[in-house]
Amino acid sequence: MPTRRARIPVTKYPAERFTLDNGLRVVLTPDRSAPVIGVAVVYDVGIRSEPEGRTGFAHLFEHLMFQGSENLEKLAHFRHVQGAGGTFNGSTHLDYTDYFETLPSNALERALFLEADRMRGPRLTEENLRNQVDVVKEEIRVNVLNRPYGGFPWLTLPPVMFDTFPNAHDGYGSFVDLESATVADAADFFRRYYASGNAVLAVSGDIDVAEATELIGRHFGDVPARPAPERPDFTEPDLTVERRTAYTDKLAPLPAVASAWRVPDPVVDFAGYLPFVVLAEVLTDGDASRLVERLVLRDRTVTSVGGYLGFMGDPFDVRDPTALLLQAHLPPGGDVDKVLRTVDEELDRLATDGLTDGELGRTQARMATHLLRDTDPVLTRALRMAVLEQQRGEPGLLNELPRLVGEVTEEQVRAAAATLRAERRASVEVIPGGAR
Amino acid sequence: MTATVPTGPRALPPLGPHRKLKLPRQAERTLGNGLTVIAVRRSAVPLVELRLWMPFGRAHLARGAMLAQTLLSGTETMSSVQLAAELQKVGGGLSAGIDPDRLMLSGASLVTGLDRMLELLAEVLTGASYPTGEVTTERDRLVDRIQVAQSQPAHLARTALLKRIYGRHPYAVQTPEPEQVRAVRPGALRSLHAQRVHPADAVLVLVGDVQPERALDAAEKALSGWNGAGHTADLPPAPPLEPGPLLLVDRPGSVQSSLRVALPAVPRTHPDHAALQLANLVFGGYFSSRWVENIREDKGYTYGPHSLVEHSVAGSVLVAAAEVATEVTGPALLETTYELGRLAALPPKPDELEQARRYALGTLQLGMATQAGLASLTSAYAGNGLRLEFLAEHAARLAKATVDDVAEAAARYLAPARAVTVVLGDAERVAPALAALTPVEVQPVKA
Repeated sequence: MPTRRARIPVTKYPAERFTLDNGLRVVLTPDRSAPVIGVAVVYDVGIRSEPEGRTGFAHLFEHLMFQGSENLEKLAHFRHVQGAGGTFNGSTHLDYTDYFETLPSNALERALFLEADRMRGPRLTEENLRNQVDVVKEEIRVNVLNRPYGGFPWLTLPPVMFDTFPNAHDGYGSFVDLESATVADAADFFRRYYASGNAVLAVSGDIDVAEATELIGRHFGDVPARPAPERPDFTEPDLTVERRTAYTDKLAPLPAVASAWRVPDPVVDFAGYLPFVVLAEVLTDGDASRLVERLVLRDRTVTSVGGYLGFMGDPFDVRDPTALLLQAHLPPGGDVDKVLRTVDEELDRLATDGLTDGELGRTQARMATHLLRDTDPVLTRALRMAVLEQQRGEPGLLNELPRLVGEVTEEQVRAAAATLRAERRASVEVIPGGAR
Repeated sequence: MTATVPTGPRALPPLGPHRKLKLPRQAERTLGNGLTVIAVRRSAVPLVELRLWMPFGRAHLARGAMLAQTLLSGTETMSSVQLAAELQKVGGGLSAGIDPDRLMLSGASLVTGLDRMLELLAEVLTGASYPTGEVTTERDRLVDRIQVAQSQPAHLARTALLKRIYGRHPYAVQTPEPEQVRAVRPGALRSLHAQRVHPADAVLVLVGDVQPERALDAAEKALSGWNGAGHTADLPPAPPLEPGPLLLVDRPGSVQSSLRVALPAVPRTHPDHAALQLANLVFGGYFSSRWVENIREDKGYTYGPHSLVEHSVAGSVLVAAAEVATEVTGPALLETTYELGRLAALPPKPDELEQARRYALGTLQLGMATQAGLASLTSAYAGNGLRLEFLAEHAARLAKATVDDVAEAAARYLAPARAVTVVLGDAERVAPALAALTPVEVQPVKA
């Protein structure tokens, strides 16, 4: 008798959409259960769009968007958000860059003012640029250069898998490129990509839709209309021959390996893509998952293994080309070849023998919890909806994800596993160079 | 969409009226076995968060770490894989963590799975069996994890700082050495579990789309059979900070230095706490602070400096932390000392205080606005003998702290003369500049 499945609950977050005359798309998702709001502005430009010779520029530019704008001095943005009881940040992804605040709801108009002001134009000065190049270099030192496994695998695997600059290059950037950046580059980048027609504004939480709509019109309505630039074609052919590289990390004490396989286009072929999202969890979510049970608990050939979609762990906010990734850390003297062989064996077993009774249902129930938990903060709701609007014109998809994940069938998961063959795989191995 | 077009510079819109802090609906019950259960309603998503805090002071370091690593590795009737699979069925998961104050089990599941998650929690609490094979596997994994941690500068700096602050107190060493972990046997874990994993003084927090009374009933049904009259162990009070030479921990080849400055602090309930929190914000506790604006936004020495009052059961401490470029390590310390000294010696400006106050009050609201945030806050409070009602009291204290109160707190707690400073970095390159500012004592990374 098959195991009874947990019913997957649904959320009913509203998604009010409209577009201003200047092309700015807006999504409102009210929720009055707590007196807080999330405000997100997402621009359709990311690491893949930065010019050659300017690696890291999209991220550097993100920093410059906090350095003052038309009516705001340097430091003013931070002070106005935090002085309203809120927090802020921004982040640069492969396909988009986001800017966001979460605040008590009495600061709605202030947050809209701040975002509109920098959408009209940041203050790009030589002094601020040099200061933020220094800050970004320290960020790279903290996250990559001064620690073991820095940039593994999100910076070290793309150049193995991809051949073209947009997909393969280091999105944090080289120090040489960062130092070569100019104010003119920044002005050009802003003109090209930070257009009202290339942005989405999302506001979530304790708002009244009519009032928020009026305030958005007031603050963003006169942002000059500029159209979205044409999005380049970033496609690359799939691999037909296995690729594998290794590098020594002089700070790492233990070996590690990561592999990636291309997956269907997440936007154009969402139905074909979803089974891979589920597959990653069947393989690696917790002690009852395939690879944890086999590699960690039984064979003890790895100390940890993880699987996810997208180089930045972003299953629903990345465009093609993207990948399913597996990464594992090995014990001292661990054998990477053996680990990869066992992964192949487990994928083959999954594709051939299918799933066990209840295996898919419990994985999907757990995924529902993760998806719901992710959207509990009003801010993530705004961010996710903004990107879903930008990439798919469908912010309400956020409500559907737990159910859609739950509808993926065993046959689809098996078929997805069957595509993860060694000849389509790109792998990168970390050779420990640590003194220990 | 039409728009009004203002001319000239645009003015910052004012804030709307401040919303008063509103506490969520909650209920509390102490079960016959001594377990306290607190249930809080927040219904935004159909989930429930779980936090179980068990006092664990003075536990053997390596055995405690291994107990947390293997608590979910199986019971008399279930393997680790079965446990994980049963939890998954209700969208659930549990994980265990330990620090010198407590053993913590945390998790979340679909709200429809609350009963089942509690049953499985009870299964683990009353029946964890520490099977030999699993213990062996987890021992190796923990040793590997410690090795990786010991290659991280942030971990090494933290380790050195704790030792320097706490001396012989149990807080001084929080990560066991690999050889200590290798010596832990399953029998020792079963004994430790029998002695210390019991309901007296433990607090279970459930937060989510639940009716609080109904959640208490569910907890009582599942957990009233959890017994065991083990002992509790009170931690001695943390020792006061003893300022001395800057401790420079040599990590040759570092491209950054990890700067850590510890200062005295007081517990949440102390009359000075609200003023200290505000003083810390003005100094370095948020982005719009003097320290961050100085060493990041003006000088570009660092990416993410931050300063935080850390509360533990046996005492509180303020820690300012920054990873700074090797070549500016001396200057970064100079600016840090300057900003501390400036605030300790001169009162903050009224608008600086107002900005910090609004941040403190606003982020209280933000912290309560998610199930996970509310669960962690409720649990941290309860582990220190407080309830959510304290939030309102704390908010009132934040609201009325004056410039004088904050200046006084800064003079008392932020004075650089009282600081204990540790720097982890390439000693050969940074020692001369540091020694020009303060006496320096160098030690190798593995002392």
